[in-house]
Amino acid sequence: MYDLVRGPLLWVSFIVFIGGSIVRLAYLAYLAKKKDHTVLTYANFKFGLRSIFHWLVPFGSTNMRLRPVFTIVSFLFHIGLIFTPIFLLAHNILWYQSWRISWWTIPDWLADIMTVVVILAGVYLFVRRRVCKEVRYVSSASDYILLTIAVGPFLTGFLAYHQWLPYKAMLTLHILCGEIMLMAIPFTRLDHMLFFWLTRFYMGSEFGGVRHVKDW
Amino acid sequence: MAGLLPRKWDITDIGLEEGAKGLSPDKIRTVIKKVLNGEGLARIKAYVDTCIHCGLCSVACHHYLSNDCEPRFAPVGKIKNTLWEMIKNDGRVSPEFIKQAAEIAYTECNLCKRCSMYCPFGIDMAWMLSVVRRICHLCGVVPQYLQDTANSHSVTMNQMWVKQDEWIDTLQWQEEEAQGEIPSLRIPLDKEGADIMYSVIGPEPKFRAQLIYSAAVLFNVAGLNWTMPSFDGWDNSDMAMYSGDWEVMGRVKKAHFEAAMKLKVKKIVMGECGHAFRSVYDVGNRWLGWKMHPIPIIHAVQFYYELLRDGKIKIVRKIKEPVTLHDPCNIMRGRGLMDCARYVVKAICEDFREMYPNREHNYCCCAGGGVINCGPPWKKKRVESNKVKAEQMAATGAKIVITPCHNCHSGIEDIIHYYKLPMKNVFIIDLLMQCIEIPEELRA
Ligand code: HEM
Ligand code: SF4
Ligand code: SF4
Ligand code: SF4
Repeated sequence: MYDLVRGPLLWVSFIVFIGGSIVRLAYLAYLAKKKDHTVLTYANFKFGLRSIFHWLVPFGSTNMRLRPVFTIVSFLFHIGLIFTPIFLLAHNILWYQSWRISWWTIPDWLADIMTVVVILAGVYLFVRRRVCKEVRYVSSASDYILLTIAVGPFLTGFLAYHQWLPYKAMLTLHILCGEIMLMAIPFTRLDHMLFFWLTRFYMGSEFGGVRHVKDW
Repeated sequence: MAGLLPRKWDITDIGLEEGAKGLSPDKIRTVIKKVLNGEGLARIKAYVDTCIHCGLCSVACHHYLSNDCEPRFAPVGKIKNTLWEMIKNDGRVSPEFIKQAAEIAYTECNLCKRCSMYCPFGIDMAWMLSVVRRICHLCGVVPQYLQDTANSHSVTMNQMWVKQDEWIDTLQWQEEEAQGEIPSLRIPLDKEGADIMYSVIGPEPKFRAQLIYSAAVLFNVAGLNWTMPSFDGWDNSDMAMYSGDWEVMGRVKKAHFEAAMKLKVKKIVMGECGHAFRSVYDVGNRWLGWKMHPIPIIHAVQFYYELLRDGKIKIVRKIKEPVTLHDPCNIMRGRGLMDCARYVVKAICEDFREMYPNREHNYCCCAGGGVINCGPPWKKKRVESNKVKAEQMAATGAKIVITPCHNCHSGIEDIIHYYKLPMKNVFIIDLLMQCIEIPEELRA
């Protein structure tokens, strides 16, 4: 089992993630060209990028300032989600072993903290989804599943690292969770990672280029 | 099939009732599939796939805030109850569902786009709800009063069934009235080669002819070379844009642009109307294939600003009472005229007070987007769904609220009455008339 997830499945998941993402983006570009001229006509680099910038900087938008706790949680969640796996020492060693590439790493204690933060943020988001009326109203099973998919690799990675449960089994589960997450990105609403740039760019173009106002 | 919601207001609209009677599930499905696979497909796909169901857009919407934060009035809640259901059921929804979708799209959203500024992904819920309206229109399920204005546009090229002789008559009547003040004043009709064509909305000759008088005074005092068309195309409004009848919208916009071209004017100046501006600047021009308006067009607020900036008109008196300004979405969030408006208002008012939030973040009046044009049956709902606006206005302590948009004007007037606010509302030009200098030689 370990060999399977560490070998072929890993390849499959990377191919599905990268290939799937390319296909999704290419198909959307095709649709925009064929059925949605508006988008391309009004696209504007200056205003598109300006808008993305404001929505990537913590507290860069009015809505982020309206709800500081959520903003902090959301940023910590995403920073942990994206940077921990890329810069974790253990992952880097694996990359080096497989492909002879490596880059900066973060110390293990920091990775450990980030992992815990992601898990706690996940709990917060889960509770918020149950408790806030307006979020609960538009939530369905898929939203909880996506949250689980996102937090899964961190929870299992944490347990494996601290070896509180059988190490080998936990490690296998951890790798599997990571692979599921990667493969889910292009084909679930986790694709917001790909589309954020596009929807924000377009709205920024409309608000900046046509409407002459801010959109943050 | 998609379920139905309990109704909060028990309102019957014959346009929705009768329209739904003629529907079969097959016809509905055909319409939905056609619209959702048509122009705009890339955005619909990206928006529906990207929305992470976070609810962050809720606080943007005055319907949500004014209805005790009931989730069904949140922007994403409204998308869930319309578009998501249609997509999830692959277009298999009942006539009753379409009726409900129509009520949501036509009376619970003003297409003000405030929510797009609060969604981290910039998802355009207003546009999606206008797509829902398009579906309802093609299903023939449209609130009766709104449909009537669209019919009027289609038949007469204006919103209010005004006949050509009535139109000309009204202009001449206002000309005569204004000559009492300025004997040499003219409202030049069909003057080829004039610098400016002035256009207004259908309701002006019908209900607010006084505004044409005021505009004529302004043009004459500023000494401008201007004209108004006596023929179709004089009306710049466009309710067909809001009913979802984009074919008629296109015809109406074309008539308006062509009137200006026939008169060979350099630019169009529009009266104080928000949605009319949106229809020439953002929506109608696109439908006709123009990236922007094919001929220079400015809104009245920008026009006043330029007149003052260039010293074409002089202010000799100022309004003393406390004044506040409602920022109409279609010219603020839609065109960024916030500073022009403040320049003008501060020039004529001594005690100007901001409402909060303001500028492009201002709450909509809840009349726009065709909602007020859905008529008397929906009035109570419309006014109750903008409690936040009433609170926002009351907090300024102002005695006068300026509403430089026709729909806002009527909507805010209703809010003032319903919530018994101690203020009155005016157009900018109403105040300008009290403040500008009318030179002695003109009075003669
Ligand atoms: C650069 C890439 C990404 C961007 C710009 C982005 C942006 C966002 C935004 C704006 C939200 C809305 C709510 C919030 O602010 O938390 C969100 C929510 C979310 N994101 Fe991302 N995201 C990215 C990558 C990812 C990745 C890689 C994952 C996981 C695999 C992920 C998982 C989630 C989840 C689960 C939520 C929902 C939280 C909830 O339940 O409320 N995101 N993301
Ligand atoms: S009324 Fe305005 S804020 Fe509310 S949903 Fe419609 S566009 Fe969004
Ligand atoms: S804020 Fe945007 S992503 Fe979040 S629920 Fe509203 S529309 Fe969806
Ligand atoms: S009527 Fe006025 S405030 Fe209301 S939507 Fe139109 S422009 Fe906005």
